[in-house]
Amino acid sequence: MANDNMNSFRTATIAVLVDNEPGILARVVGLFSGRGYNIDSLTVAAVEDGGQRSRINIVTSGTEMVIEQIKAQLDRLVPVHRVSDLSKDGPHLAREMMMIKVICPHREGGQNRAEALRLADAFRARVVDASTESFVFEMTGDTAKLDAFVELMRPLGLAEISRTGVAAIARGTRVI
Amino acid sequence: MTDASHSPIRPETPTAAGAEILLRALKDQGVDVIFGYPGGSVLPIYDALFNQNAIRHVLVRHEQAAVHAAEGYARSTGRVGVVLVTSGPGATNAVTGLADALLDSIPVVCLTGQVPTHLIGNDAFQEADTTGITRPATKHNYLVKRPEDLARVVHEAFYVARSGRPGPVVIDLPKDILIGKAPYTPPAETPHRSYRPQTQPDSALIARAVAMLKSAKRPMIYTGGGVINAGPAASEALVRFVRTTGFPCTSTLMGLGAFPASDPQFLGMLGMHGTYEANLAMHGCDVMLNIGARFDDRVTGRLNAFSPGSRKIHIDIDPSSINKNVPVELPIVGDAGRALEALLAAWDADAAPVDRPALATWWRQIDAWKGTDCLRFTQPREPGAIIKPQYAIQRLYEITRAVKQDIFITTEVGQHQMWAAQYFKFERPNHWMTSGGLGTMGYGLPAAMGVQIAHPDALVIDIAGEASILMNIQEMGTLSQYRLPVKIFILNNEYMGMVRQWQELLHGSRYSESYSAALPDFVKLADAYNAVGLRAKTVDELDGVIHEMLASDRAVIADIAVDPKENCYPMIPSGAAHNEMILGSESAGGVAGVTDEGKVLV
Ligand SMILES: Cc1cc2nc3c(=O)[nH]c(=O)nc-3n(C[C@H](O)[C@H](O)[C@H](O)COP(=O)(O)OP(=O)(O)OC[C@H]3O[C@@H](n4cnc5c(N)ncnc54)[C@H](O)[C@@H]3O)c2cc1C
Ligand SMILES: Cc1ncc(C[n+]2csc(CCOP(=O)(O)OP(=O)(O)O)c2C)c(N)n1
Ligand SMILES: [Mg+2]
Repeated sequence: MANDNMNSFRTATIAVLVDNEPGILARVVGLFSGRGYNIDSLTVAAVEDGGQRSRINIVTSGTEMVIEQIKAQLDRLVPVHRVSDLSKDGPHLAREMMMIKVICPHREGGQNRAEALRLADAFRARVVDASTESFVFEMTGDTAKLDAFVELMRPLGLAEISRTGVAAIARGTRVI
Repeated sequence: MTDASHSPIRPETPTAAGAEILLRALKDQGVDVIFGYPGGSVLPIYDALFNQNAIRHVLVRHEQAAVHAAEGYARSTGRVGVVLVTSGPGATNAVTGLADALLDSIPVVCLTGQVPTHLIGNDAFQEADTTGITRPATKHNYLVKRPEDLARVVHEAFYVARSGRPGPVVIDLPKDILIGKAPYTPPAETPHRSYRPQTQPDSALIARAVAMLKSAKRPMIYTGGGVINAGPAASEALVRFVRTTGFPCTSTLMGLGAFPASDPQFLGMLGMHGTYEANLAMHGCDVMLNIGARFDDRVTGRLNAFSPGSRKIHIDIDPSSINKNVPVELPIVGDAGRALEALLAAWDADAAPVDRPALATWWRQIDAWKGTDCLRFTQPREPGAIIKPQYAIQRLYEITRAVKQDIFITTEVGQHQMWAAQYFKFERPNHWMTSGGLGTMGYGLPAAMGVQIAHPDALVIDIAGEASILMNIQEMGTLSQYRLPVKIFILNNEYMGMVRQWQELLHGSRYSESYSAALPDFVKLADAYNAVGLRAKTVDELDGVIHEMLASDRAVIADIAVDPKENCYPMIPSGAAHNEMILGSESAGGVAGVTDEGKVLV
């Protein structure tokens, strides 16, 4: 049969170009919750046409059949212009930005501060705020890299994380 | 709302109140009737309606009924049905109808009143988040926040409702938009900026489909509501295609009438209460062509046992219907009518012959299945004998057929609905309206009302159950007000029969709350609403009541007392496979794989 791989499970990064109308996000989110699809990450921002169109990047996971269904369901929403499965249509880049607060006071000897700075340097995280008690690091990268950095900061006084979720784009000349 | 600069046509300068602009847009969309119910937030629209004659308003007795009436109107005409309700409770009452139209792909535009824009979000009187509530119950919805968007949104709503896979669209109209001045824009001539469903099928895929079909030894054509949605020409093309191929054809509940039921190539409805031959042919076919059907669970039964040996072709206008429940080898996106025309052309262009001997063998097998006569029943004939519900429908069919009128049938939901599908033979599309997807009790009477409004001279019959009919019985008032001669044919088994049947088969015959106690006297009830009330209690009274019902030029309630114990067969118990069908008490012997114990336990 033609669809032997329909049951294989995968993660998909889907970009959706939509009219920037009120309710569009509710429509997309409602579609996912109403039909029981996963949302691992969802980002949205106006990108084109003087703010009239927005791009939604969704990271989701499911069987091939479910992912194809998600794409078809998104595509039939009236304000949706285009749906692109970045993780299937070719190589793509996926990045998130994160700000992470680590509380590691000077007075506790400073080893944690030094260690946090060393790791931040290795991960190319930037210090965007510092006090005698804390750092805020800013970091951009793929989800796995951000996850790894979070785990390293955890024993050093990780206090708070703010992540943007994934923005993604195809490599090369391909556009959505 | 999206910005008006999306609109390709520059709005005229404000000329009239929003309500006037609304009506002008409706007229430009060809609207001639609105089903509605007034209230504070839509008073400006009612005022505008008062001053004109082009659009007729039909006052219902409950907003749910307005939507079902619009569905009946739409399904029987192929046009968009229009509803007008007030804010808050008016809108929430309409939700069941909207969900019904969504699941059955019926084009409806529902105008809802809303509190003025500056009060939205303030818990104002009769405020409801209508776009929020109806979002999952509509194909699309709009909240008009600026006068300059009004006309464009109305035109767009009609386009969305009728294009691609049809469905209900809500336009939420704040009262200030209706009162303030607004400009008019005619319908756009440019394509919609984002919603452009594919209607023309890919010709290479059509050619592949023909090659697959010609190579088949045991082909099967499975058609659905999409053929009805595609318009009468699609049904006509279906008939030509089925005859050209010589293949067997079955239909879903929603597709009945697209292919003539009396045609020898028609195997009857398939699915849970479909015929033995249709289901076994689906189970045993080697190439399946699905046109405009959505592999609904009432049709497939247990998915992993559904037509296990077939290569499947699926033609649907909505890509999300394809590969949703059943993976198919050849998906074809497009309109059923266009696809059928393309298939006919490609069939002639393809030189390969059909495997005639294999097809003949297949038909012999099908005829053997047909020999089971799965819809057989026994009606005791002695005077005073209780009426079998199947017999009541059969007589209704035979007697009405002789009347030679345009006959439209609507139904409520339950056993009577299935018996109507099984025993009333539909020869033409758009003459059968039933709530398939949502299964909404209370659909049939208001739907019949909408059909009768659209076809004033036709014979419109609601085949009803005594429980369902009470869900929108208030619409008797609407029938009376507009002198709509709808015939309500109640198969009164004094039970929520379909519930009772499941309780018998699955819950050890514990008939918990499924008895229709304290029923009204339907004859007196008819009388109270200026309609004619008739009753048949025994088999010898049946024909007379049907004749009397048909002879009346008024609305009629015919209360037909039928056997309360009768079950609807054949039946594929939920979760079972097509070849595990229960043929019922009438059929001698068991069917493939179902033991007597199994019949009780499933
Ligand atoms: C008590 C009860 C029992 C039932 N038992 C049965 C049963 O035994 N058998 C049965 O069949 N049903 C039964 N039903 C109905 C069932 O629930 C479904 O409503 C029905 O099977 C769906 O029909 P369909 O597949 O034709 O799809 P529809 O709901 O009619 O959908 C139409 C499909 O066609 C597509 N389409 C729309 N327009 C076009 C176009 N222009 N061109 C091409 N495609 C188009 C749509 O995208 C959609 O996929 C029962 C319902 C109830 C309430
Ligand atoms: C609004 C609504 N509520 C409940 C149901 C569940 N239900 C399906 S059939 C049925 C019984 C219908 O009884 P009746 O109208 O007498 O028809 P019968 O099955 O007896 O022919 C019920 C309660 C439904 N389909 N719709
Ligand atoms: Mg009943």
